[in-house]
Amino acid sequence: MSNAPAIVAAQEPIRRTPVAVLELLRGHRRVAASFVLVAILFLVAVLSPVMSPHDPLAVSPDSSYLPPLTPGHVLGTDELGRDLLSRILWGARVSLPVAFVAVAVGLFGGGLIGLVSGYAGGITDLLLMRLVDALLAFPGLILAIAVVAALGPGLRNAMIAIGIVAVPVYARLVRAVVLQLKQMEFVVATRSLGATPLRLILRHLIPNLLNPIIVQVSLSAGFAILAEATLSFLGLGAQLPTPDWGQMINSGASFLNNDPWLAIVPGAAISITVYSFNLLGDSLRDALDPRLRS
Amino acid sequence: MAFAHLLEVDDIHSHLAVKDGTVRAVDGVSFKVDAGETLGIVGESGSGKSMTALSIMRLLPRSGSIVQGKVTFKGRVLTELSEDEMEAIRGTEIAMIFQDPMTSLNPVYRTGWQVGEPLRIHRHVDTRTSIRAAADLFQKVGIPDASKRVTQFPHMFSGGMRQRAMIAMGLSTSPSLLIADEPTTALDVTIQAQILELLRTLNRDYGTATILITHNLGVVAGMCDRVIVMYAGRVVEQGRTEDVFARPEHPYTWSLLRSIPRLDADEHEPLKPIDGSPPDMVRLPAGCKFTPRCPFAIPRCAAEEPELLTVRDQLSRCWVTQAGATLDGDQGG
Repeated sequence: MSNAPAIVAAQEPIRRTPVAVLELLRGHRRVAASFVLVAILFLVAVLSPVMSPHDPLAVSPDSSYLPPLTPGHVLGTDELGRDLLSRILWGARVSLPVAFVAVAVGLFGGGLIGLVSGYAGGITDLLLMRLVDALLAFPGLILAIAVVAALGPGLRNAMIAIGIVAVPVYARLVRAVVLQLKQMEFVVATRSLGATPLRLILRHLIPNLLNPIIVQVSLSAGFAILAEATLSFLGLGAQLPTPDWGQMINSGASFLNNDPWLAIVPGAAISITVYSFNLLGDSLRDALDPRLRS
Repeated sequence: MAFAHLLEVDDIHSHLAVKDGTVRAVDGVSFKVDAGETLGIVGESGSGKSMTALSIMRLLPRSGSIVQGKVTFKGRVLTELSEDEMEAIRGTEIAMIFQDPMTSLNPVYRTGWQVGEPLRIHRHVDTRTSIRAAADLFQKVGIPDASKRVTQFPHMFSGGMRQRAMIAMGLSTSPSLLIADEPTTALDVTIQAQILELLRTLNRDYGTATILITHNLGVVAGMCDRVIVMYAGRVVEQGRTEDVFARPEHPYTWSLLRSIPRLDADEHEPLKPIDGSPPDMVRLPAGCKFTPRCPFAIPRCAAEEPELLTVRDQLSRCWVTQAGATLDGDQGG
């Protein structure tokens, strides 16, 4: 058996067995469904200039407070007669980019901290983790509000604030996975075949981090959307007259008694978006769980 | 070649920092390996076998360091090389395979890609060529359907097949020394035999010198030209395998051999374990470290540590046998 009989295998072309994204979508319906939802949201954000029936900023006092399903204004108009549907579609262009920049800030900041902390261990780990603990001690929104209060209101600072809130989550996650990976023999095995520490981290550790990170990114994107809306609702995020969902709820809240759709419509937009991202994260977590993989 | 020996380990001391002190994991170990030879290192868990191997590779865990001694490989002093120079030797000249084939391959990469990695690192071949080479290596180590197997992930391999893949990776650059750290411990008995047979074949066909680390004396008897017995970080006995097995000159080796269950033993004859437990490596006793468990111990043993000296055909670190006494089958206990 050890003198391998000459199976002329190596002459045959080497073909990869397909895996990856398509396989994942085919095998897991919840992943596919939530993936489609998120894709639609992105499409809306990209295409809102073409899709919007009206200019989201165009004021027309003659047609204010029109209820939903009015011809020409499917979702109605607000107190200044601006078309709600157009404002909702344009609002996606604010919320989604903010969420993604915030998640990117959290991912890179937290990921770097977690990687260094987990790989180096010892005193470095101890100090970095206490820093993370300190951040983690604040409730997320309070911390975000405090950061914006310090930096000043505005979308850019809202992104930074929400990103900072996400940092400890990623730091903890990445550190935990790195510690787990360090126990595996392939780490020493890879070094024993002459790989440099940098190669080990970049080519061997980081690819192993991708699954948990993908799941966490979709989950924290949901949180970031909500946090952005909250900050804007409080007047700390998007500034007038930018059409923003949180800010629309804020101005709609004054008319809750007579014209409740002014607040309900943007609220629904936020709910659907957050739900889509959470569903994606949740289903991905189930689909990518190695214990459930055959 | 111009070197007296392929590998010379000279009085290596490696320490590990632990919570309550320092563990002298390797404490003055010396041995030589010649080209094409198979050397066995046996000892129980924690005796310093693996730490000796990792010291040679200079891959001790972060808490560990080589504090003294010299490792010479093909005339180059490994313990004095820079990290860059050492990286050029790892995986080309010296390869290592590990105990647990379940975790020694990276789960996110196809096996062919991984097995070809030493070629990409050291020979700078492209990915396609390296995977093709991996398929050839898979055939050499007896993995059937190689061109399909290289495209599969480690979780699609059985334990034995993964260990074959690890061996293939170790062999990819034709190293002159292969260090196998308990390569069969995690495998089924039938698969163990196949993997050992494979190692033996490779040793014979390619002349790769092998250091085989194991706690299984049967493996040593079947595979190794010479054997080193380690206890508490020290070499306690060293010699040709036949000599050591026929007539151990250290009570630890003697006890190990006696503790192997025998098929021809009388019915109901109890197994003969070694009394006591391995020493606390942070607080080692003075004198010979085996004294508390030794059925032959004399007063001198607890006071003074013996040297590793020639006794009969081998080397032994024992006052009793160095004084000319024989280790008798029914003594002690």
